[in-house]
Amino acid sequence: MRNTIDQNFRSLAPTASEKFRIRVLPFIVFAVFLLGVPLLGPSRTALSLMNQIGIFVVFALSYNMLLGRGGLLSFGHAVYFGLGGYAAVHMMRAVEGAETGILAGFPVFFVPIAGFAVGALAGAIIGWPSCRRAGTPFAMISLGIAELIAASGFMFASIFGGETGISGDRTKGPDFLYLSLKSTSDVYVFIAFWCFVAMIAMYAFTRTPLGKMSEATRDNPERVQFVGYDPQRVRYLVFIFAGGFAGLAGGMSAVNYEIFTPEALSLAPSGMVLLMAYIGGTRHFAGPILGAVVLTYMQSNLSDYSEAWLLYLGLLFVAIVMFAPDGIVGVIDKVVAGLPDAGSTYLGNKLTSAVGCLLMLAGLIVIVEAAVRYSNGYGEVFEPFGLHLGMGNFLTYVLAFGPMALGVAMLRWVSKREEL
Amino acid sequence: MSVSAVELTNVRKNFGPAKIIQGVNLSIKKGERHAIIGPNGAGKSTLFNLISGMYTLSDGSVALNGAVISGRKPFEINRMGLSRSFQVSNIFANMTVRENVRCGVLYSMGYGYSFWRNIGRLKELQEKTLEILEMVGLADKANLSAALLPYADQRTLEVAITIAGGAEVILLDEPTAGMSHSETDRAVELIEKATKGKTLLIVEHDMGVVFGLADRISVLVYGEIIATGKPSEIRGNAKVREAYLGDEADALEEGAV
Repeated sequence: MRNTIDQNFRSLAPTASEKFRIRVLPFIVFAVFLLGVPLLGPSRTALSLMNQIGIFVVFALSYNMLLGRGGLLSFGHAVYFGLGGYAAVHMMRAVEGAETGILAGFPVFFVPIAGFAVGALAGAIIGWPSCRRAGTPFAMISLGIAELIAASGFMFASIFGGETGISGDRTKGPDFLYLSLKSTSDVYVFIAFWCFVAMIAMYAFTRTPLGKMSEATRDNPERVQFVGYDPQRVRYLVFIFAGGFAGLAGGMSAVNYEIFTPEALSLAPSGMVLLMAYIGGTRHFAGPILGAVVLTYMQSNLSDYSEAWLLYLGLLFVAIVMFAPDGIVGVIDKVVAGLPDAGSTYLGNKLTSAVGCLLMLAGLIVIVEAAVRYSNGYGEVFEPFGLHLGMGNFLTYVLAFGPMALGVAMLRWVSKREEL
Repeated sequence: MSVSAVELTNVRKNFGPAKIIQGVNLSIKKGERHAIIGPNGAGKSTLFNLISGMYTLSDGSVALNGAVISGRKPFEINRMGLSRSFQVSNIFANMTVRENVRCGVLYSMGYGYSFWRNIGRLKELQEKTLEILEMVGLADKANLSAALLPYADQRTLEVAITIAGGAEVILLDEPTAGMSHSETDRAVELIEKATKGKTLLIVEHDMGVVFGLADRISVLVYGEIIATGKPSEIRGNAKVREAYLGDEADALEEGAV
């Protein structure tokens, strides 16, 4: 018995092929995917959605350096995104205005570097007072600074351009590798490149001494001190990097949209990036990536289908916090981990849970959509599949609360069975 | 005469009106194994917290190899060569056993806050980590999550992290608390091996461990040291016997055997 336990412990050490599968293969697959997208001949809309996603993937990953790896809950991460973005816009304008010199020969392709530098600089300045404490003080200070910077954004018009913001032109300046950045597909190459580079850099960061000590400081700041590390310093350095990568994402955004407004510094995008990281899953490197994909998609597409999409987003967030604190990737990870020695009961349970969740969602959609149309007062009625679901219709309530109750019952049934 | 490894001069600590440590003078020689015993609430852990920099002193001073360390931050004191363990296991629960020990080694190997090196490629670091894991007997559990370790192994890991940085002065706070007899024996063996040639300051309730391990013993009662001396001297000290009433006097007797 003892022997088999020891063997099991040993077998937990990742082998070379496992290391490759976990640490290298995902990036190869991702690179292939990025290179493959243009070959599929996507529409302009699809490409610009991909560009948007690429920006938010980098932004959400940078946020997770703080939240997931560092245990630092920030309510103002958009400050670094915004400042980096503004730096990039100003850089683009400088390139446009320059007749000669270094700037005139500077390809806009590399503008995100300026975003990184300014984001990191802002992190170095703002992080100095705010990284002294973790936990609630850190969160509160980040909120205060976000308010402060956003307010300044509207006040100092010469830098931030006031309400209308500042715009640049990405097509000016020299081309880089025949990329004039005039077309959406050129911008796709630009975004894909920086997204990939930033992703690899941030993954590599998790495997450095500083990255590891960041996790140690998150879990046990007291113990860290007694192995020679200053938890303040660890947090501060991580904060600078997180600011830098957020600034890089801002730079990507500046090139993509060619405009930046003080809105970008505000609490709204700070909250959005928090949702992305959390919904995707903060404990996994892939979490924020998936979160960015899902939320950007919801933001741009779901909003076409339903004006209540923010309500669904809020419910999704609350549901994740309550029932799946490790996020969507955490759920997937758990289900997959159970697969190798899964019996039919396991699959049955998971399938039943999935169907239960879908039923609850269906019931929820019925009541929300019916209610939204009713409260708008235009006499519009929710009419899925030719049904007429007004608020006065009894069928509406049957279709709303019936599936919800059934869904809840199914989930309860599964959780009872799993307890056995 | 050489400088003491640890020198406490008139150390006092008050929490509001409560005087927890009331003027402790203690000198620990280099290479000595020194135990601090005393009834519950005597201030033993507080004394450790004062020496290691977790608490600030109300008065007095602490010196490490002649250099004053009181007033410095815990991580500075640690870098100067003093490392401590905790009474309650204070490990990195989300990490594997190997990663835990590696955290202990990292700074002493000079990798500090490096963000340009791949931690998996640092050969010296891996070797040193493995060496420590093998010494404490946790090598075959290296890839297990620290939170899943049995209690006695967690205590061992606590000691492993403490000695990993190669500090010359080691403070152990009740390393055998809550262990069975056989586990305690193994723990004592480990402590002897791991602190060979180093200065050891240990707080311990198990008198068998104390009398078996220590070169000298100090008895702390209500924040004051009432006696310091060789185990044989402490055994025969009337004041000490008085402070230890009932069962604990028997325990003292047992330890003397």
